[in-house]
Amino acid sequence: MSGTSSSPGNEYQLPREHYINATYGIRSWLLTTDHKRIALLYLAVVTFFFFLGGIFAAMIRIHLLTPEGALVSPETYNKLFTMHGVAMIFFFLIPSIPAILGNFLIPIMIGAKDVAFPRLNLMSWYIYVIGGCFVLYSFFTGGLDTGWTFYTPLSSIYSNSAVTPAVLGIFINGFSSILTGVNFVVTIHTMRAPGMTWFRLPLFVWSHYATSLIFILGTPVVAITLLLAGVERMFHLGFFNPAMGGDPILFQHLFWFYSHPAVYIMILPAMGVISEIIPTFARRPIFGYSFVAASSIGIAVIGFLVWAHHLFVTGQATYSALAFSFLSYVVAIPSAVKVFNWTATLYKGSISYDTPMLYALGFLGLFTIGGLTGLFLACLGLDINLHDTYFVIAHFHYIMVGGAIMGYLGGLHFWWPKITGRLYPEFLARTAAIILFIGFNLTFFPQFLLGYLGMPRRYHNYPPEFQVLNVLSSAGASILAIGYLLPMVYFVWSMRYGRVAGPNPWPSTGLEWKTASPPPTENFHETPVVDWEPYDFVNRPDLGLAVKPAPHLAPAHGDD
Amino acid sequence: MHRTGDLFGQYQTLEQQKDSATLGMWLFLVTEILFFGGMFLTYTINRRAFPTAFGVGGNMLDLTLGTANTLVLIVSSFTMAMSVWTAQTARKKLVPVFLILTLILGCAFLGIKVIEYKQKFDHHLVPSLNFDISYRVNHPAPGDSPEEIAKEKKEIAEGLAADPDLNAHAQLYFSLYFGMTGLHALHMIVGVGLITWLLVKSLKGRFSATYNTPVEIIGLYWHFVDIVWIFLFPLLYLINRHLG
Amino acid sequence: MSEHIVSPKIYAVILLALLVGTLLTVAAALRDFGPWNIVIALAIATFKATLVILFFMHARYVKGRTQLVVISGFFWLAIMLSLTLVDYTTRRPEPSTSQRSVPSAHLFHV
Repeated sequence: MSGTSSSPGNEYQLPREHYINATYGIRSWLLTTDHKRIALLYLAVVTFFFFLGGIFAAMIRIHLLTPEGALVSPETYNKLFTMHGVAMIFFFLIPSIPAILGNFLIPIMIGAKDVAFPRLNLMSWYIYVIGGCFVLYSFFTGGLDTGWTFYTPLSSIYSNSAVTPAVLGIFINGFSSILTGVNFVVTIHTMRAPGMTWFRLPLFVWSHYATSLIFILGTPVVAITLLLAGVERMFHLGFFNPAMGGDPILFQHLFWFYSHPAVYIMILPAMGVISEIIPTFARRPIFGYSFVAASSIGIAVIGFLVWAHHLFVTGQATYSALAFSFLSYVVAIPSAVKVFNWTATLYKGSISYDTPMLYALGFLGLFTIGGLTGLFLACLGLDINLHDTYFVIAHFHYIMVGGAIMGYLGGLHFWWPKITGRLYPEFLARTAAIILFIGFNLTFFPQFLLGYLGMPRRYHNYPPEFQVLNVLSSAGASILAIGYLLPMVYFVWSMRYGRVAGPNPWPSTGLEWKTASPPPTENFHETPVVDWEPYDFVNRPDLGLAVKPAPHLAPAHGDD
Repeated sequence: MHRTGDLFGQYQTLEQQKDSATLGMWLFLVTEILFFGGMFLTYTINRRAFPTAFGVGGNMLDLTLGTANTLVLIVSSFTMAMSVWTAQTARKKLVPVFLILTLILGCAFLGIKVIEYKQKFDHHLVPSLNFDISYRVNHPAPGDSPEEIAKEKKEIAEGLAADPDLNAHAQLYFSLYFGMTGLHALHMIVGVGLITWLLVKSLKGRFSATYNTPVEIIGLYWHFVDIVWIFLFPLLYLINRHLG
Repeated sequence: MSEHIVSPKIYAVILLALLVGTLLTVAAALRDFGPWNIVIALAIATFKATLVILFFMHARYVKGRTQLVVISGFFWLAIMLSLTLVDYTTRRPEPSTSQRSVPSAHLFHV
């Protein structure tokens, strides 16, 4: 296995006692306050919702094999894309990395025993599950057909689908995010081990700090918005109903004030994962650490200033649209900084192509394409033609799937040995990653073309000349599905039969790799004292690597 | 994580624990600013669109009761701050006293709210329940003063001249009135519950100079609820009062 | 433990200021200052809220981090209000002077 610091033939043993076997029984899991167990509780439910969202996606792609629609009625089609969006965004993407990897790793990465509020952490999970139950109830009692964006007055008056339980479920789920955000910010401020200064923090922690700022500042707004829409629907009020003096545009402003920053909630944690993977598999410190850290905060802040780019075609005045268009270009800058810095980290690195690195490299390319196409949409003239077409769909899937999900999978693979103590099968994992990459591009690249050619989104049918591209996209989706199913299978297999990993299989430099795999419940047997810089592959002889100082960096004890 | 004495297991020191709890509560209050903020935005857009209806609707609120409630809540913030002081200065016997005073004032606020809501219900000013801003002037109660009814009738007539859809727009105003004061009242009820919990603990002598964090952070929450009302009062009750 | 204990005297002064402020805002509302009524009302409310935050909530006495948190909360609310109003105030003006039932009708150009 490439990159292990073990001498040949060295067989590791699982630690005798760790967080998984420390206590037994279902109560010890459902009433746990151990952040690592809570992370696994999230993993289970998040995977369920990913599966559910995936089924809806499969049905959409099968339906779109023919121009008239092969599978379902137009009304049902509306429900399919709505439920796909709701399940994937609110119950898969938003929690995925923060609630699973963030919860598991942040306390360990900062040298703490747990998060600041462990019981609140468990409550976050229960709130997530309860919100999910309401949404499932909506799905199974008539479904939802308003689009995940719940635009009024369709959602507040005219839709005959189960809107009320759905908005209630998402409202409840919002508090899970909010409490997680509060927990992370406080933990990072107050629970760092001695010597763990802000600029020694792993970039994964920085990105989750930035994400948590968005959780705190943005989520409450979507909460009140959905509450208002739900109450309007139940009591026939008029906030968003033009016939009663209300204003649908107001709903859109309120909704997108959160939902645009929400996309940064979905990508920032993945960026944090990439910032951990690339230095490890290039054996190099990250290029421009402080710029990458600052860019995370920059994305979080500027991301709050651009939301009305979702309202360009609602009759905005040119001045207002120009302002939001300009700001939408500005928000791309910190993302670009990250891409440049990751790429520069690779330069003259000693690169190994383990599975996490394959996902990270895939992320680099796909996120770049997704991000750049966002700029196409931010351009006012282009947006008139591209708004509500498949171009938009391709754009955000490149970022959310090509970016966020690849970050999620890369992170799962990277930290799997830490979480379970075992390695997944490398050859199969690399194969799955490549299958996923191919399937992804085949699914979504044709959608850029379809959008540019004018195929609208959220339509159950399309003109016959678009069929070839749609069939290509659906074929790609079937390959993509295999890429997703394979990890589900071999991860489960590895939990029993995978090779024991040892504390630092890659090896990597973070604090989490200095404790056992799996870690003990209290994370460290002794509180660590930190006196090294992050990603310092040069000055870490304990990693067993022969690493020369990077040419672009000053030596650690600077002498020129 | 288990507790030994006052210290929960995930923390190294009491100072770290207090620091965490306080920062956590402040961050939660920021989420509340944004939560109420969504309704303040809705209010702003609607008042901008329908100034007449908002003026007419606002004048239908009872200024005396609203002012009384504002004063009650302000005093309750004072008594809450005092309860924190008594805990910090180890005046253990006085802690429950100030908590009880805060509770009484909080319940007084809620009681006055109930009276106000009942009034609105009687006057058909509850949205979606046969809302009709002219109901009161067309069906005055025996206790209503004729001058008041005449004044309101004139106001409604002038309002209708400026805005033919006065009733629909006034319904929006009252939706916001009930939505914002209702959400606020819900937060007050939670606050009353939290203070009751504090009261029980304080009667057992739980709080001391070294451990009074729960009093302080629940105090922060209570002050925040006061601040929301400080803004709600002028925005809902004092829109167009100078019209005679 | 390092914490600042605020004396009841200060609390009493603040209480007085808040009560006076309340009566002031009601008195001001009963007079006609035209478009300034709302400005006066919000200014007094902001002043009262600031007193509560600084003294009752001890924000005056704690580290800068808390102050940053408080300011950020209100600043973000300001972002939401002001940028939304940028859109609303720059949209085409209403065609007629009366307040119609469908304020957004003029947005749907056919």
